[in-house]
Amino acid sequence: MAMEAADIERLIRAAFPKARVEITDLAGDGNHYAATVTAEEFRGLNRVRQHQMVYAALKGKMEGSQGELHALALTTKAPE
Amino acid sequence: MTLDTKDAAHEAIKAEIDRNDVVLFMKGTAQMPQCGFSSRVAGVLNYLCVQYKDVNVLADEGIRNGIKSFSDWPTIPQLYVKGEFVGGCDIVTEMTLSGELDALLAAKGVAFDKDAAAKIREANR
Repeated sequence: MAMEAADIERLIRAAFPKARVEITDLAGDGNHYAATVTAEEFRGLNRVRQHQMVYAALKGKMEGSQGELHALALTTKAPE
Repeated sequence: MTLDTKDAAHEAIKAEIDRNDVVLFMKGTAQMPQCGFSSRVAGVLNYLCVQYKDVNVLADEGIRNGIKSFSDWPTIPQLYVKGEFVGGCDIVTEMTLSGELDALLAAKGVAFDKDAAAKIREANR
């Protein structure tokens, strides 16, 4: 199962409406993406917490072997 | 997974991270990782000469599922230092390159090769 970059972006944006979201398709197979999310909501939170918020926004699409997203390399930060 | 299996898995995970200063839940073993992401984190720890316990989640379906709910983290590998969840492959990579991993290990009293850590940063500049 694969997922479009636009779908990933849409899910992340739904949770972080004002975030800057950049998605890169790493392998061109709709399965391996890198995402950089810059959001005010992350300020003051450690990276684990920031990533947990993004995973929550993706609503289980990362989960297990049935997950639609095999790999999402994630970078999160608060705006400078 | 029934509630009982989940509780048992969480207890087993808790026991591992209580018993060992550094624990890496991974696919495969420290010497033979079976996934690129696990391999990268194990590679960093190996290179830094950190003593750690590798737990192969592929060998135990209960642990493989349980570790995700234990830490509220959907992916493997997962690194724990002195009982604290540090992160997965992306976070460990980022922390290695920024020097935060050195700081964390030093603060927690975990021995590692400082020169090796500097070499990784030098090579990735």
